Amino acid sequence: MTQPLLSLHGVTKRYGQVHANSGVDLDVLPGAIHAILGENGAGKSTLMKLIYGVETPDEGTIAWQGQPVQIGSPAIARRLGVGMVFQHFSLFETLTVVENVSLLVPGTKKELTSRIVHLGQEFGLGVDPLAHVHALSVGERQRVEIIRCLMVDPKLLILDEPTSVLPPQSVDLLFETLRKLSTRGVSILFISHKLEEIRSICTHATILRGGKVTGNVTPKDFDAQALATMMIGRDMPHLSPPEHTARGDKQLELSGVSVATDDPFGVPLEGISLHVRAGEILGIAGVSGNGQAELAAAISGETPLPKDMHGALCMFGQEVGALNPAARRKLGFSFVPEDRLGQGAVPELSLVKNVILTAHRHGMVQRGMIRRGRAHTFTRDCIAENDVRTPGPGAEAGSLSGGNLQKFIIGRELMLKPRLLFLNQPTWGVDIGAATAIRRRLIELRNEGCAILVISEDMEELFELTDDMQVLSEGRISARFKTNETAPEDIGRAMIGASKGAV
Amino acid sequence: MVFPKLIRRERASLPVLIAAPFLALAMAALSNLMLYAAIGVDPVAVFKAMLIDPFTSYFSFSEILLKAGPLLLIAQGLAIGFRAKVFNIGAEGQFILGAIFASAIPVYMPQATGVWIWPMMLVFGMLGGLAWSAITAFWRVRLNANEILVSLMLSFVAIQLLNYLLLGPWKDPMGFNFPQSVMFQLDALLPILLPGTRVNVSLILALLASLAAWFFVLRSFAGYRLEVGGLAPNAARYAGFSQSGAIWLSLLIGGAAAGLAGAAEVAGPVGQLQRSISTGYGYAAIIVAYLGGLHPIGIVFSAFLMATLYIGGDNAMVSAGLPIAAVSVFQGSLLLAYLIAVTFVRRKLVWPHRPTA
Repeated sequence: MTQPLLSLHGVTKRYGQVHANSGVDLDVLPGAIHAILGENGAGKSTLMKLIYGVETPDEGTIAWQGQPVQIGSPAIARRLGVGMVFQHFSLFETLTVVENVSLLVPGTKKELTSRIVHLGQEFGLGVDPLAHVHALSVGERQRVEIIRCLMVDPKLLILDEPTSVLPPQSVDLLFETLRKLSTRGVSILFISHKLEEIRSICTHATILRGGKVTGNVTPKDFDAQALATMMIGRDMPHLSPPEHTARGDKQLELSGVSVATDDPFGVPLEGISLHVRAGEILGIAGVSGNGQAELAAAISGETPLPKDMHGALCMFGQEVGALNPAARRKLGFSFVPEDRLGQGAVPELSLVKNVILTAHRHGMVQRGMIRRGRAHTFTRDCIAENDVRTPGPGAEAGSLSGGNLQKFIIGRELMLKPRLLFLNQPTWGVDIGAATAIRRRLIELRNEGCAILVISEDMEELFELTDDMQVLSEGRISARFKTNETAPEDIGRAMIGASKGAV
Repeated sequence: MVFPKLIRRERASLPVLIAAPFLALAMAALSNLMLYAAIGVDPVAVFKAMLIDPFTSYFSFSEILLKAGPLLLIAQGLAIGFRAKVFNIGAEGQFILGAIFASAIPVYMPQATGVWIWPMMLVFGMLGGLAWSAITAFWRVRLNANEILVSLMLSFVAIQLLNYLLLGPWKDPMGFNFPQSVMFQLDALLPILLPGTRVNVSLILALLASLAAWFFVLRSFAGYRLEVGGLAPNAARYAGFSQSGAIWLSLLIGGAAAGLAGAAEVAGPVGQLQRSISTGYGYAAIIVAYLGGLHPIGIVFSAFLMATLYIGGDNAMVSAGLPIAAVSVFQGSLLLAYLIAVTFVRRKLVWPHRPTA
């Protein structure tokens, strides 16, 4: 048996009471494409941080090519030959590709430029070295990150959920690159929770659950269902596909909404038209950073619309372009934002005070004073009805886990009895159990006649949840697809087609 | 070499929050006493003069109460803004404008009598402070001009305005050319609260204002909106709370409180408009507000502490030969020490330890 390149033994990392990793053993062989599979919160990212030297383990040993090592910082990791591509890229948007590379890699700009071109040809990572990063697509930025790692000749490359930001066609390109690297003897650690991907590319898989290793398998030998069972410890919860229900009036209508942006890296919206009827769920597919944030802010009212657009946005048949979020909420509109901590909830405040944020009109304010009893009752009901795991209504919002906080926020918005509900990335970073509960609630709500609009990056979620879909790409929106007559590839094509300016 | 890291706590530490002002006071006192020793002043004598003597006589204790009034008023107003992250640093200017507005009544109507005069002066003072802070609010909302700079610079404008009035139109014609207004008539002076001292009804007003601040900050919906805006501006936008409304409200409350304090100063212990009314209350109140944890009850304590330091500092100058700058140095080091201590409410130091093999 060959000696493993990297070998972890009994590695434990604690954050306060939480064991992010406990007694993890991991062997990565040279040239392997090794998957780290697990749900959100299973400890995948912590494990990678330990290997890359961002954190140090509390217990256990790490060996590199058979020699025990202390990886005290990312610089040490890089010297050993570990490269990491983060989920959220660490590139300076105002610099060019080669300038970004030169921050980490020694050499003159001219040398680096030719090496970037060379590596690009060798591994199918074509990117213009002199382009500014802000002008690059997400896929190209990821290539820049990978190239930057490859410049220093790594023996191990860590990719943290690399496909979550890519349209389907770019995923194939990435996989081809990874296979080429693997044949050159570079080991790859591939973090993901997407089972089919792992089965198609990885040679090994280590499965994490609750910080512990629950399996070491060859992914091709198992089907997705079996891997999922290992990953979540029970059978995959199944969601019945939404049945068709009677659709009512248009509760939300955008007709040609265009919004310019002051932010140099923002995406202007160009002529967005869509509508959501009572009793239907419309999904907005697409990769984040294509106008999702701007569209969400325009619909919620957080960004005031320009005067000539005031009539282009209607809710319940009424022009609302000039109304602020509170006034729109008053009409029967609820909104679950993408950012839970700091937008949907104030981390430093108790759950009771976070309820007042949007529910204050429901009898919680009298003559300018807060009625704390009312707010407390509302909070207790919200916690109980939505299975929010927390010590109580007095707990700070920031102390809840991501999934629990999202259940709380969605629960709060649902208790406002909206006729139009808008959610931005409703289950991002939420564990499968909670995500399924959330999706089930949304379908129930739709069946009761609520109009629901969902922006999501997660294609599986949109296919499970929505009646119709539209794709948002570079600030433009595609035609409407009927979900049950559409294949994921069609949506993928729309993501790319729109970006090339085709209609 | 292993350096400790500063790591965010999972939740705010209540013990540290309560201990912070005491730790700060201890650290500041210790470092300053060492400083006094270094410049050749007996630290024990200073300590006695500063922190013990003020409480040993009825009169000097009453002087503490007198000083605490304006500090308390201004700090309560400022703290409301600071909680909303609206940094009004120009309370000194708003204080001066309050004094000027209030003085307008006795200056233009020196013969007027009636019990309406001093309450009217207080109202005028509030309006003066309000107007001065409104300038800052307007430019912040209109042009996003930084309120720290605008309010601070307006304080210097206020001093020049005061100089102009006292050297020109408002100068007492019988005042031997001194830059001061006429002495105010009896009805333009605040009633004395404690007989035999200079403590007047403005102390009651300051305590009532503290009570009102408590209700506003902890119970009112407007206070809640300001708090959310300060802690998480995106959440305030999401909820639909107006940001410009928060800026206006924060600055106007701070300005009105400082203006009221300024009016109470000229209608109280000073009894006329003078250049020396600007003694830095507006800046000291910033320290008072933070030392009190921006909490209405904490501020009551910190205002009395700061007032003690003022009186004690005066004592130490006379009896222990402390230089005049020492009080300012002490105030500054107190704020610095508090800011250091309060860092640990939400953070803690962690020494990275080696993994056990």
